[in-house]
Amino acid sequence: MALLQLSEPGQSAAPHQHKLAAGIDLGTTNSLVASVRSAEAETLPDAEGRHRLPSVVRYLEDGVVVGHAAKAEAVSDPLNTIVSAKRLLGRGVEDIKSLGERLPYEFRQDHTAVPRIHTVGGDVTPVEVSAEILKTLTQQAEQTLGGELTGVVITVPAYFDDAQRQATKDAAKLAGLNVLRLLNEPTAAAVAYGLDSGSDGIHAIYDLGGGTFDISILRLNRGVFEVLSTGGDSALGGDDFDQVVAEWIMQQAGIQDDAGHAMLRRLMRDACAAKEALTESETAEIKLELDDGSHWDGSLSRETFNQLVEPLIRKTLGPCRRALRDAGLGADEIEDVVMVGGSTRVLRVREMVGEFFGAEPLTSIDPDRVVAVGAAIQADVLAGNKPDGEMLLLDVNPLSLGIETMGGLVEKIIPRNTTIPVARAQEFTTFKDGQTALAVHVLQGEREMVSDCRSLARFELRGIPPMVAGAAHIRVTFSVDADGLLHVEAEEKSSGVKTGIEVKPSYGLTDNEIEGMLRDSIDYAQKDLEARRLREEQVEAERVIEALQSALNSDGDRLLNAEERQQVETQLARLVEIARADDHIQIKREIEALEKVCEFYVERRMNASVTQAMSGHSVEEFE
Amino acid sequence: MAITMTEAAANHVQRFLDSRGNGFGIRLGVRTSGCSGMAYVLEFADEKSEEDVMFEDRGIKVLVDPKSLAYLDGTELDYGKEGLNEGFKFNNPNTKDKCGCGESFSV
Repeated sequence: MALLQLSEPGQSAAPHQHKLAAGIDLGTTNSLVASVRSAEAETLPDAEGRHRLPSVVRYLEDGVVVGHAAKAEAVSDPLNTIVSAKRLLGRGVEDIKSLGERLPYEFRQDHTAVPRIHTVGGDVTPVEVSAEILKTLTQQAEQTLGGELTGVVITVPAYFDDAQRQATKDAAKLAGLNVLRLLNEPTAAAVAYGLDSGSDGIHAIYDLGGGTFDISILRLNRGVFEVLSTGGDSALGGDDFDQVVAEWIMQQAGIQDDAGHAMLRRLMRDACAAKEALTESETAEIKLELDDGSHWDGSLSRETFNQLVEPLIRKTLGPCRRALRDAGLGADEIEDVVMVGGSTRVLRVREMVGEFFGAEPLTSIDPDRVVAVGAAIQADVLAGNKPDGEMLLLDVNPLSLGIETMGGLVEKIIPRNTTIPVARAQEFTTFKDGQTALAVHVLQGEREMVSDCRSLARFELRGIPPMVAGAAHIRVTFSVDADGLLHVEAEEKSSGVKTGIEVKPSYGLTDNEIEGMLRDSIDYAQKDLEARRLREEQVEAERVIEALQSALNSDGDRLLNAEERQQVETQLARLVEIARADDHIQIKREIEALEKVCEFYVERRMNASVTQAMSGHSVEEFE
Repeated sequence: MAITMTEAAANHVQRFLDSRGNGFGIRLGVRTSGCSGMAYVLEFADEKSEEDVMFEDRGIKVLVDPKSLAYLDGTELDYGKEGLNEGFKFNNPNTKDKCGCGESFSV
């Protein structure tokens, strides 16, 4: 007998055609899968009733072990047990070098741009490791739901760039999953609390996990979440709370710093248990087994605990302040604060975050599961289990997309945080007389100069009819589909010639600038602006020089005497010299000076061309 | 005859209605399709239409359209677990045979 679930009115599926969808929180340390059944979004447990799957994969000579069993061997078999693969997703060889020194794995970097980790089961990529985790979660979901999944929504950190997102999608494809959408983790948390169906406003998502802290400021605008800013600390979390409690116990019990490994492990375990107990009760009893088999008894009051962890909580407020500043907002403009991550169960965290933002934090959904729950709700909508009216588009492109223009500058065509799918076009023109081809260089990033952004693709538009500089109308259209894939097309309007390219953002590039691109764009805003002005003036100077030289070649001898020509050429040489330097104000001044010197020459040229145009015509024709 | 439900089914329906936040009750029905003739419909109901027949059992309002009632009369809605999966079951005295999966049936 099949088991049925309650559907929304009119949405009952035909037998054997249930649209089962799941949300997956693919985490650095732990992963979860959730689904909506009978209008209720819940995380799905494995056969032993465990909801969280450790994101750990162990490769054996003849197989793969995922989750709890793999985690248990992480210490004894570190080279073949891959933890935190998410940190490596979508990273190039160069990026790994900077991270890799802290990782125990053997990296193979020959022949390929994508790093491979050497294990006894063969060389594996971070994408393959992530695919194993996704496969295990999918099996767990399909067993619980009693059918095959038609699609999944996978969450990614808001700061993930295109390469990291693409790698996540590739992992899903490898696991045989149909990805309905990638969703930003803070957005998923907001969706879980139903903030997307509320009124427009600004929300803060405070995510304090075991080892990392993230803060995201989101703006809901007509049903779409935009990420205004993100911040955090990649080495601050609940483990640090355990550490300070453990140190307190050592002090109280008179345990020396040189205690053995086993002792330290017991200490950390008891510290963690005490921390958890204090969420419910005012005091936690601690009974610590000492090396000689005797016990130390003590109790930790919530008040003492609060004093111990307050400095750590205060450390999270710095990034919060910075995120607010980046978003150009004050704390009083935040409507809701959503708590994510197990460490937000600590009451003092809730109190201090609440005080900081001046809002009661949202805590009713289990903070470990809230991201997966939000993803499940979104997956249910996207799979078509809701009436059409409730369909939502929640994706935005994470980084700006643009093309290179003269002088190595980037012209942004689709700014970051634009909701997708989207198509935007901009017109460009030729720079030189008789130019018949245009190189289109597609870039991604927030900086002003090409060298600071990431190159996605290059192609050429050929067959532009020869025209004077600036006469051609070349329309460049960028379109991004719902999956975040970019299509670029260039068309010359008078002749209709066009060409285009499908851009699948490739990862494994050697530039490690991608990391922190967003942060750089803020840090370097002033410098970038200066660089842009300089290049703009240099391009203008080149244009003036080019035009004047071609004029001198064609009629310089006819319209100017030797002395006049000398005067023009001296000034021209000065501009050529100055344009090579890096003072944009000086260049501008020289261009103006040259124009002044050339005034009489320009006048003569105009008269000459008017005379030429009028010769053979009577005066009446021009009246 | 009537449509009834077990305590487990009623408790789950109530919980699902509560978490959904709104809804008049639930709708049971049948429609033609599937591998042996007809399939069950189990949905939340937001409104009662003119011809609907309404039953109430254990505080839950159950709507059935008259055509479906011919096939469902006497049915008891149950809730159960099979392995990791859990959900609703129709205990329908009218069915002659079922397809292997139990989602469709004939009378």
